[in-house]
Amino acid sequence: MSATHDHDETPKIFGVMAEFETADQLIDATRAAAAEGYTVMDGYSPYPVGEVADALGFPRSEIGAVMFIGGLCGAGFGFLMQYYLNGIDYPLNVAGKPFFSWPQFAPITWELLVLSAALSGVIGLFALCGLPQPYHPVFNVPQFARATRDRFFLCIEAEDPKFDLATVKAFLGGMNPASIAEVPE
Amino acid sequence: MATMTPSTNLGTKLYEADTKFPPHPEGLVEGNHNLATLGDKIADVSIQITPTPKAWWLFFLVGLTLAQGLVAGVGYLFYLGTGVWGINQPVAWGLAIVNFVWWIGIGHAGTLISAILLLMHQKWRTSLNRFAEAMTIFAVMCAGLFPILHMGRPWLAYWLYPVPVNFAAWPQFRSPLCWDVFAVTTYFTVSAVFWYVGLIPDFAVLRDIARNKLQRGIYGMLAMGWRGSAIHWRRYEKLYLLLAGLGTPLVFSVHTIVSFDFAVSIVPLWHATIFPPFFVAGAIFAGFAMVIWLAVPLRQFYGMSDFITNKHMDFCAKVMLGTGLLVSYGYFCEVWMAWYSHSQIEWDTTMQRIWTGPYWWAYWVLILTNTIIPQFLWIDRIRKNMMALFLIAFSVHIGMWFERYVIIITLSRDNLPSSWGRYAPTEWDYLLFLGTIGMFITLFSLFVRFVPMLSITEMREFLPKAQGGRDGHAVMENAK
Repeated sequence: MSATHDHDETPKIFGVMAEFETADQLIDATRAAAAEGYTVMDGYSPYPVGEVADALGFPRSEIGAVMFIGGLCGAGFGFLMQYYLNGIDYPLNVAGKPFFSWPQFAPITWELLVLSAALSGVIGLFALCGLPQPYHPVFNVPQFARATRDRFFLCIEAEDPKFDLATVKAFLGGMNPASIAEVPE
Repeated sequence: MATMTPSTNLGTKLYEADTKFPPHPEGLVEGNHNLATLGDKIADVSIQITPTPKAWWLFFLVGLTLAQGLVAGVGYLFYLGTGVWGINQPVAWGLAIVNFVWWIGIGHAGTLISAILLLMHQKWRTSLNRFAEAMTIFAVMCAGLFPILHMGRPWLAYWLYPVPVNFAAWPQFRSPLCWDVFAVTTYFTVSAVFWYVGLIPDFAVLRDIARNKLQRGIYGMLAMGWRGSAIHWRRYEKLYLLLAGLGTPLVFSVHTIVSFDFAVSIVPLWHATIFPPFFVAGAIFAGFAMVIWLAVPLRQFYGMSDFITNKHMDFCAKVMLGTGLLVSYGYFCEVWMAWYSHSQIEWDTTMQRIWTGPYWWAYWVLILTNTIIPQFLWIDRIRKNMMALFLIAFSVHIGMWFERYVIIITLSRDNLPSSWGRYAPTEWDYLLFLGTIGMFITLFSLFVRFVPMLSITEMREFLPKAQGGRDGHAVMENAK
């Protein structure tokens, strides 16, 4: 695409967004859109609706694996740190116990497991979701403010290989939405 | 206070849905709410639409005044050293440790409500978890001050952590006191993170209904661009469930480790295997008393009885009664084991504690307030009377404080009569304690005013399907 053409093209759109009044409508619409062959889309709701994520083809999140690995690293680090610091680097004789008195290292190992699993989970959530994200096109639609209130939205994005403005609009219009809007990029 | 004022006298909006819904089958939501009215009722407090009740100013100013005691107490302590307290030999652990354990115990109910009740599918947690978690965080902040101040040289507090320092010494990882550092640090961090993750969607709610640029800016930054995407929710729910799964054993481990501070020593009556479960039960007991103390004013002055219903108060009272019985069993067990073990020292120390020693009265205050008075909770009418609940919770606060006091002053009667001593806290001890209470009240008042005090997202999900929700909390089923 050459720069000279940019100014006279119609403004790029991010996608087409339909607004629904209930979670069940959103679930149905997402399933129908998936059946229609759309793949690049997202549902928005004021509270989690698991069926929408299922219909979007995201049956499992990665968070479990992230936290498991994070927890293992924390526990391993915690255990080896205690052994190295109290047993090798600066051996401490406490009540004649062996330097490698592993049962006494259990509490701190456990605490560091929890700490690093929790932190890696939260950092993982932010990283995977791309948060903090100061700008996102969906916020350009005025009625989207109700996505945190009482409305449910489905946005089929222009990236979708099957995306065609008129067809998508007609398709979403058939799902009995409260409103339909083009989402400017 | 016996008859609760309905939410309608808030003056501005009525927060009523247009359609009439049937009452909640389990009585866990009252009023007539849909997704919007429920969110507004909670969020309007944070964005300053709900007029601030006069009582809020009273709480806030009393809290702030008491918090000055903390400033004065810490200032004088730093000026003169720990000699301003009543600690001596043999009672080297004075009020600082009593208050530490008291506060951290109070904190535990917050984690219990958010984490354990979530894992147990207890729907009633939904209305309580947000402010209970706030209570946890503030209580742990108060608790954390005391061991640091008690060190004598608090500016060297970082020595507690394995920071590479130039004199090549490391913490002693075989000591429960060192475990405590890691336990409390982890507990505070994980509680804060769990709280914040729960708050992100609610901050997004506030961002979208903010009344001015400042609110939109601040809440928008805190919401980090949350847009409620289904993919994000899926990760979010999984994280929330796993944090609850980690938080549950964490809360047990933290108070177990706190009890190890005592139980790993060889002081008679401290060196007991009953200590960890006994401490955990006591923590939950005290924590629920504090949840009741916080819920009553929220219902009274912010009209939150739509969401914190009589049913919730009833459940809290029952948990308090149950854990109170566990704690009482602990008291019985201590005396029983001392007698049954045929250990002369254990038995003599027990007799000193409950009958012949100078602090016998403290033991009986504890039995009265922790074991006898909570038995009134068996009566249905008392569990429904907010004033009575409030007073019984007060009794539990006193009792749990005395429990730790009784444990601490065991030090005054050691194995060796020549090293016996007495302990009396000074006014600086008490001032510092009142100061932390002030800090807690101040922080909690600010929390109520600027942060959604109940979880809007979870309450919405909790509403019956006809009212726009998903019929109960579904994290357990949906987290994948």
